[in-house]
Amino acid sequence: MDRRTFLTAGLGLGTLCVAGSVQAAWPKEAFEAQESNALIDMLASSKPAPSDAITITAPDIAENGAVVPISVSTTLGDVTRISIVVEQNPLPLTSTYDLTADSVPYVSTRVKMLKTSNVVALVEAGGKSYSGVREVKVTIGGCGG
Amino acid sequence: MAGSMRVRAKEKNGIVTVKALITHPMETGLRKDEDGNIIPAHFIQEVTATVGDKVVFTANWGTGVSKNPYLSFKYKGSKGDIVTLSWTDNDGHSDSLEAEVK
Repeated sequence: MDRRTFLTAGLGLGTLCVAGSVQAAWPKEAFEAQESNALIDMLASSKPAPSDAITITAPDIAENGAVVPISVSTTLGDVTRISIVVEQNPLPLTSTYDLTADSVPYVSTRVKMLKTSNVVALVEAGGKSYSGVREVKVTIGGCGG
Repeated sequence: MAGSMRVRAKEKNGIVTVKALITHPMETGLRKDEDGNIIPAHFIQEVTATVGDKVVFTANWGTGVSKNPYLSFKYKGSKGDIVTLSWTDNDGHSDSLEAEVK
């Protein structure tokens, strides 16, 4: 009701004002955050509720951390955003996906993983936040350096 | 950056599955070259999919997405739709490609 609602409203307005600039919606602060809980707070509209309705498809053991296939799908309705967070990465937020009324709540991509980590799928559905977690073990880290 | 993308889109039961491969280094900005100099971050930030003039899906990417990224998503559509996929990176490069839904 409070601060968060106000911020979200402000953000919406901000996005409207600069419509046309594609970079505007890119959540810079969340991508630069080094701590996964902090960035989840930035992205989530409410405290994420753990949900069984979120399915994360990933290998149990990834031999090559540079290329780890991750798919997220959910049976939750009215999904507006899916984010994929690798907790142990130097920059944990890998990607966020904005869905529309035409979307089916599914996304698949490949991410880098520095080491064994929980992979968190953060889903915004019907104005609430939900999360699913899956651990992926990594034998060779993939962030380089 | 022309020719950086391969896109396939296929309809089944009213659901279109789009699969895309993009050629891009996706540099994190954390790696160093042989001389110890940091290689600057160079990564795709946004991928949008439009059908007609309607945006159906947007991906916002950070440096944690793998080199030569793969992306797949689904939307409610039909055969013959023209899906346009466009990406923009942090250096301002971009590319786009149209694919007909089979």
